[in-house]
Amino acid sequence: MSDVAERVKKIVVEHLGVEPEKVTEEASFIDDLGADSLDTVELVMAFEEEFGVEIPDDAAEKILTVRDAINYIKEHKGDA
Amino acid sequence: MRRVVVTGLGLVTPLGADVETSWKNILASKSGAGRITRFDPADQVCQIACEVKMDGSDMALDLSKRVDHKIQRQVDLFIQFGIDAAGQAMEDAGLTDLSDEERLRAGCSIGSGIGGLPGIEKESIVLHERGPRRVSPHFVHGRLINLVSGQVSIKYGLQGPNHAVVTACSTGAHSIGDAARMIMLDDADIMVAGGAESAICPLGIAGFSQAKALSTRNDEPERASRPYDIGRDGFVMGEGAGIVVLEEYERAKKRGATIYGEVVGYGLTGDAYHVTAPHEDGSGGFRSMKNALARAGVDPADIDYINAHGTSTPLGDEIELNAVRRLFGSALDTTSMSSTKSAIGHLLGGAGAVEAIFCLLAMRDQVAPPTINLDNPSEGCKGVDLVPNVPKEREIRACLNNSFGFGGTNASLVLKKV
Repeated sequence: MSDVAERVKKIVVEHLGVEPEKVTEEASFIDDLGADSLDTVELVMAFEEEFGVEIPDDAAEKILTVRDAINYIKEHKGDA
Repeated sequence: MRRVVVTGLGLVTPLGADVETSWKNILASKSGAGRITRFDPADQVCQIACEVKMDGSDMALDLSKRVDHKIQRQVDLFIQFGIDAAGQAMEDAGLTDLSDEERLRAGCSIGSGIGGLPGIEKESIVLHERGPRRVSPHFVHGRLINLVSGQVSIKYGLQGPNHAVVTACSTGAHSIGDAARMIMLDDADIMVAGGAESAICPLGIAGFSQAKALSTRNDEPERASRPYDIGRDGFVMGEGAGIVVLEEYERAKKRGATIYGEVVGYGLTGDAYHVTAPHEDGSGGFRSMKNALARAGVDPADIDYINAHGTSTPLGDEIELNAVRRLFGSALDTTSMSSTKSAIGHLLGGAGAVEAIFCLLAMRDQVAPPTINLDNPSEGCKGVDLVPNVPKEREIRACLNNSFGFGGTNASLVLKKV
């Protein structure tokens, strides 16, 4: 399942143009990685695409850190 | 009225990713045209264009130099070309580190004729095939025309006027003219002004083709843009950006800035005639030029070089030339006039600004750039010095720059040595 974490981090690096070292599980997209509200929408879309999950808006609003994303995906992957 | 001078230049053209490379290749009579590489043009009537090179060659643009990685992913190429050219102009002017107070009096006036058409085309396919929830949150701000001004203002903290002209192929000239007036009227001390365009995508090429505006000389791309020549058959689409830094004269002089020239005249008119065709009598262009000369307080005899609109269409070139003949009379005997669209194609909303920069360089180097591919002038284009095929060294004190656009919109600028 660590595979999920690696794939999430890869997407974050690619979309936000940040150094891979900065993308720790504690990192907040907005506070630590320089994302704005539009970037977070785009990230959620990229996660949906990559993992084949659907992340509704109310759930997406609670995904603030890299760990939040990894946990959500691990919990919901395979639901579909 | 306050005087306005140009203190910084920036160019991204099909002949170079900076001012000196583009100018050197213009004076070497090179063509930036070729078969379209941005997409497979096999099913298009027109398969050629003047693309900005991004292939690592000595003419090529390296976007990573001035455009943030994240922005590269989010916005259309015209915005990225604009950010790069604006950066060049700000660096050239030595104004990248303005004080907080100066930033409040510095603004942007960068327009585009068409805006993010490639992105609109792509995203509409996403919408159609995969539904609204897959449309990018960056879709809107990444295609809007005023987002060149928006991005540049954010990058340099410019909080003065934030303006974006949309007047088709007159955009670049109107952008500079409007910005100059903002400085003249004391709305700002510094303006980053010009135009950017990148509409070389299947929808853009097909649309202009269907309007019968483009050359279809697919087997000889480098010979296709040939203003005034008897074999001309339409324009070749170009792309890129031309951006200048305009500055209030006393301020520029005081800080010892390099002054490329002064914006002394600006004329703007409408044809009120047809959506794409110019009026046969050329009165729109004639009055635009006349008003610009009057505003500048110069006579036709004072203009040594005219950078023409001259797009290489059968109708337009002669109509403009006749309007110039009518305005200049015998003064045209000592004036040189050329179309640099022969070399870089038609940059649409970027054209007027790129060509204004060529006028400033013509004054700096005292050389008129050539109209390439002009082998046999058509009957109506004879008897005028159109600087065929090779540049011409000569005295150039003042220049006139014409831009005319769809919708019957005309702009003329007069630029003069200080």
